Amino acid sequence: MAIAGGQQTVDLREPSGWRRSKNQIATVGMWVAFAVMLVPLGFVLFTVIGKGASAISWQFLTAPIPINVLPVTFGGVGPAVYGTLVITGFASLMAIPLGVLGGVYINEYGGNQVLARVINFFADVMTGVPSIIMGLFIFTIWVLHYGYSGFAGSLALACLMLPIVIRSTYEMLRLVPDSLREASYALGATKARVTLTVVLPAAIGGIVSGALLAVARAAGETAPLVFTILVTQTLNKNLFSGANTALSTLIFQNATQPYTGAQARAWGSALTLIAIAFILMIVARLITARFARYDR
Amino acid sequence: MSIATKADPATPAGSASPLTRRRPFGDRSFQVLCLAAGLLVLIILALIAISMTQQSTTWFTTAGWSGVFSTNWDPAHNAYGALPFIYGTLITAAIAIVIAFPVSLGISLLLTEVLPGRFARPVVYVIDLLAVVPSVVWGLWGFLVLAPWLQKIYQSIASGLTGVPVLSTFFGGTSVSGTSFFTTGLILAIMITPIVTSLSREIIATVPTIDREGAYALGATRWEMIRGAVWPHSQAGVVGAVLLGLGRAMGETIAAALVIGSSATITTHLFNPGYSMPSVIANEFGEATVGEFRSALIGMGVLLFVLTIIINLSARAIVDRSARRTQGA
Repeated sequence: MAIAGGQQTVDLREPSGWRRSKNQIATVGMWVAFAVMLVPLGFVLFTVIGKGASAISWQFLTAPIPINVLPVTFGGVGPAVYGTLVITGFASLMAIPLGVLGGVYINEYGGNQVLARVINFFADVMTGVPSIIMGLFIFTIWVLHYGYSGFAGSLALACLMLPIVIRSTYEMLRLVPDSLREASYALGATKARVTLTVVLPAAIGGIVSGALLAVARAAGETAPLVFTILVTQTLNKNLFSGANTALSTLIFQNATQPYTGAQARAWGSALTLIAIAFILMIVARLITARFARYDR
Repeated sequence: MSIATKADPATPAGSASPLTRRRPFGDRSFQVLCLAAGLLVLIILALIAISMTQQSTTWFTTAGWSGVFSTNWDPAHNAYGALPFIYGTLITAAIAIVIAFPVSLGISLLLTEVLPGRFARPVVYVIDLLAVVPSVVWGLWGFLVLAPWLQKIYQSIASGLTGVPVLSTFFGGTSVSGTSFFTTGLILAIMITPIVTSLSREIIATVPTIDREGAYALGATRWEMIRGAVWPHSQAGVVGAVLLGLGRAMGETIAAALVIGSSATITTHLFNPGYSMPSVIANEFGEATVGEFRSALIGMGVLLFVLTIIINLSARAIVDRSARRTQGA
């Protein structure tokens, strides 16, 4: 064109005005979308820290829960902190080993078998099952027969965590190069030995951080606990019998209380819960950055 | 690689002879253990379906087809119609998707197409932060801070729209409240944005660089490149991601239970209080000691389970199909 017309040259450097404006509008739109996401996050963090920070003290984290009318300077939420840690901890003890083994099955033993693909697919579908369903499920198969207990809550949380751990383990094992496995087989190791001493250690960073993210999610869950631990206000050190309590259920109860003391305890518990989740997430990130040998 | 993986580890080189079929006991039991852990997923899903259906048969049989899908919810008179709750679940999830979809798509395009990796990482951290804020904290904040604040805005919108034909059916109404369908939709939108964003980002990242470069080589602006090269490639996958977000929004319990307003009504007025399936289960379960009441609540759990499973299955199928197609291309 440039040769034929002589004078008529096509400017290749800059698109025409309207096309440029459209491009700029789109870019601004993307930044606006990001800003729209930041507003509620900033707003909720600001509120929770503003209202919760003044409540937090050693006494708040350890003292027994007083009656709702008392201001936040009396007592604390000790039983709920204890309940959250023990119930979530026990759930992790059940779900993480089983989840890792399940992930090992799908990637190491399943191969291209239909069963492995079915399990993988349904583990993925199970991550989308609402947490309230896990609570109702444990209610129908456990609580109706053995009564409310912290352990029932652990079971419900474990059901929630299991598919998440399976999926993250599977994703991490997939990244381990086959040459590592082949080298171990060449040395005469059995499959179990190869998996336990070569494949899993190679992927340990990703597996641990995936498990921690599952724990972080479970620690904040309320719905599975409402149906399984029958919320109480007093400390119950026996995980296996009797009603128990947790930070999340305490917040749920206190949110609708008219008393400022009860509400202040809810804000304090919310800050504690967010802090636990954030710490777990940051540790997971650090582990990924430090130990992940095979990154995607 | 294909030969190496086919080499049967069941008869490792070190065993007495290649003909030996026996494997060490520990090796076999570890395999069984892994298989059992994997099967646990299928067992749990089957048990959920069986045990919950069993507990809800009282409701399904006494209320019947018409009783279950009726609008009459009156536990005091043994009327357990689930329609208001199904309506509320669908409408709040729809509001959440309408808000969350453009925001998530915008952020994922920002992360993949605009920001270089080094600057994208902090943004990903912020999205992860949003994802770990527990549901109950959103509920607490929504109930005590957001709802009272929104009440005034809703009221001025509703009074400003009186008489306007279409808008007043959605944003008008007499019993405008801070705890409403719309507030719940907003909170759910915030809660599903992280998952929709990260899934769409993964899908958009699979668009081959050569397609992008081709579009740029033809003189496209970035936006034209996104429209012409990125979108056709990732459209189906993004739809799947939105469906997964929809499933999450429908199952979200505690936040919805606090901000939805707890009123079993079907209305087009989005600023009015309503109810949804998970929130009614959470709020009423403590009261439901009578056989049929509890059975009805568990039955609604079954409906919710079936609904979310269907949505998840179709979403997963769409995502997988689009992933396979992009890999094949």
